[in-house]
Amino acid sequence: MPHSEDSQVHDPRPILEMSGISKTFPGVKALRDVSLQAYGGEILALMGENGAGKSTLMKILSGAYTADPGGEIRIHGELARMGSPSAAREAGIAIIYQELALAPNLTVSENIHLGAEIRRAGMINRAAMDDACRPLLQRLGTPFGPEAIVGSLSVAEQQLVEIARALHRKARILVLDEPTTALSNRETEQLFKLIRQLRAEGIALIYISHRMAEVDELADRVSVLRDGAYVGTLEKGELSSAQIVRMMVGRDLSGFYVKDRSHAQPEEEAVLEVDGLTDGARVQPVSFALRRGEVLGIAGLVGAGRTELARLIYGADVRTGGAIRLDGKALDIRTPRDALAAGIAYLTEDRKALGLFLDMSCAGNLNLGVLGKDARGGVLDRAKGRQRATGAFSTLRVRAASTLVNVGGLSGGNQQKVLLGRLLETGPRVIILDEPTRGVDIGAKSEIYRIIGELAAKGLGIIVISSEMPEIIGVSDRVLVMREGVVTGELNGSEITQEAIMALAAGIGPSSIAA
Amino acid sequence: MSSTLTPAALPTPSQQIGARERTRSILQAAGMLPVLILIALGFHFFGGHRFLTGQNLSIVAQQASINTVLASGMTFVILTGGIDLSVGSTLAFAAMCGLSVSLLPSVGWLAVPACLGAGLLIGLFNGVLIAGIKIPPFIVTLGTLTAVRGLARLMGGDRTIFNPDLSFAWIGNDGIAVTSTLTIPWLAVIALAVVAASWFILRRTVLGVHIYAIGGNPAAARLAGIRVGAVLLFVYAASGFLAGLGSVMSSARLYAANGLQLGQSYELDAIAAVILGGTSFVGGVGSIWGTLVGALMIAVLTNGLILIGVSDIWQFIVKGLVIIIAVALDRFRQPATRT
Repeated sequence: MPHSEDSQVHDPRPILEMSGISKTFPGVKALRDVSLQAYGGEILALMGENGAGKSTLMKILSGAYTADPGGEIRIHGELARMGSPSAAREAGIAIIYQELALAPNLTVSENIHLGAEIRRAGMINRAAMDDACRPLLQRLGTPFGPEAIVGSLSVAEQQLVEIARALHRKARILVLDEPTTALSNRETEQLFKLIRQLRAEGIALIYISHRMAEVDELADRVSVLRDGAYVGTLEKGELSSAQIVRMMVGRDLSGFYVKDRSHAQPEEEAVLEVDGLTDGARVQPVSFALRRGEVLGIAGLVGAGRTELARLIYGADVRTGGAIRLDGKALDIRTPRDALAAGIAYLTEDRKALGLFLDMSCAGNLNLGVLGKDARGGVLDRAKGRQRATGAFSTLRVRAASTLVNVGGLSGGNQQKVLLGRLLETGPRVIILDEPTRGVDIGAKSEIYRIIGELAAKGLGIIVISSEMPEIIGVSDRVLVMREGVVTGELNGSEITQEAIMALAAGIGPSSIAA
Repeated sequence: MSSTLTPAALPTPSQQIGARERTRSILQAAGMLPVLILIALGFHFFGGHRFLTGQNLSIVAQQASINTVLASGMTFVILTGGIDLSVGSTLAFAAMCGLSVSLLPSVGWLAVPACLGAGLLIGLFNGVLIAGIKIPPFIVTLGTLTAVRGLARLMGGDRTIFNPDLSFAWIGNDGIAVTSTLTIPWLAVIALAVVAASWFILRRTVLGVHIYAIGGNPAAARLAGIRVGAVLLFVYAASGFLAGLGSVMSSARLYAANGLQLGQSYELDAIAAVILGGTSFVGGVGSIWGTLVGALMIAVLTNGLILIGVSDIWQFIVKGLVIIIAVALDRFRQPATRT
């Protein structure tokens, strides 16, 4: 591996040893006899599909869950009595979750000292707190000072605050759970630099991610979980993406990204035409046409205006100019309701906050868009609803105990299928998928790709917005690249390469490639 | 967190799990019912066996009925994640309207529609401000709580309006005689009918699903194409309308209305009933049966404490504490949810 030279020779004894860890929830064995070692000065990638038990294992490490009796956790060789978050913190364990746990209305230094404020005569001493964390922030190379309000920082910067807080609490074991989900490429690079710096300082890092490219780039070792069991660890020198994928899914994923739609080429006829659509700010006038049976990828860096464009088409935000035509007919879309009625559906990038009703059953979530259509005089047709839910479960291969369980309890992949199912039940002509496989395990990912292929073959127009380069390249017939609210280029067929997309997205010499 | 662990079961067929879900939801709906029964038994045995008699239970039902009607409307509102603080004032205003109309010789028969219409009007006013102009419900209804109270006093020139020959007084004083000692008061029948209608709307109509959806995730509801504004308008209008119905019931019982005193702090009893019934204060989770049990619990406490001779001052203290303890017990009972 290219990074093996720059990593330091680490302590031969692990800082953290978890062995024989099991966790039983009523009715479910979430973890079975799992072992894990983490060494100082090393990045351990923890991989596994959603539901494989990574989160449960980390929650046991952080003290949020208590493991079943029988397992043990040793830190520096000593048996640790875990079982509460404060005990874990004292043991030097810090976990940085996808959803950051900061108080946005407080300053950086107040957040770093939260729960352990420096006092003088019983009153909070802000100056001393600011001074105490200034060297730490300098060490991390943050562009902000201790007095900055956390809410005014970007997600990447807020992540730095979390890392600073962990280091301030003398964490020796740092767990990062999908830290790059909301970061741009540049921010990701900076985070990786910092992670390597922390490794050089001797901290044990546990890195959880679905993105193979990141694991390739960062990890010294990779431990894999599958269905709550420990599958194995790949040491330095034996790491390979193909091997990791095999261990995660227990099957070979050849042809994983390959389009199998050679028989179904997009038709010539445009289904959706967008003409000069703008919100006057984040989306500058954008025009394009989407053909029947076409998968149109929209690539770009985070903040390029892709989601904003999708929301404008869907009527979720207010447009200040431009026109939308569906099958040649002009539409006046003012609300998502109008868009759905016209046959345009939108899958949000944030399914928990903007998509699903987590307290409602899978069936309730699936049928929400067609309740009115099925109802007689506003009274629910419950038989029809059950029939639809069961049908959607089998065509989308949703794995859940029943259609009546709450959608909040499902894994990310199954939640995404339920949300996708709701859109499909409305019988759309055009479907906009915003980051359709975010936070979704590999098995569900390939099934979502299969569904996209089937929908295109049926003649739907499909727009896929994605920040994952292999995904955009793999699923799209044609790719639009956006930068700062403008479409900077269009790529067809063999022009769709990582380099070409990157050049257009970053604004480097697009003219030569887009021609 | 350290709930007792049961051994891992084999995967169960989906039907069995469906049945288990149903059992769980029935248990959850039952919620406070066991507590209610215990309290009732306690009052019976410590109150000289006078609590669980046909006559007393019919009084309890009567006492619970107006609050049940208000709490039903409040259930709709709280399920969407809102609040309606104005129902007590609205009830007083609607009662003043109804009694004023009942004294007019030519249109006296319009008294009941006047009550209902006045309540609906205030509800719509709340709804338009909340759904249309998007002012937070707490603020809007805090405003109408005060302003409508003023309107109610204005109506009768700040005096009590009497009508000893009230045409609909039978609502408040008669009932269905089951046996010689047990009569089901019309007030209780109305309250049960409102509960049944509310259940139907919440569980069997598209509107009901949309109410739960908006309370569960308002942003997702809008993106899913739900007419959020229209649904909010409905819930506040329903709450106002039911306050109007409450005023019919109250007028029929009292033959009178007073703009200053009538309905004071009724909104708090209604909210308490909804919360005791296990409805989530942030919306999206709850049931109308829970609300019925909650309203009964408040009535049982009021009646039972009088029966065993607890002073008025101590009644307040006990009722307040029972609300807190009951909800705390409920938190304890519910299994730790796995995220």
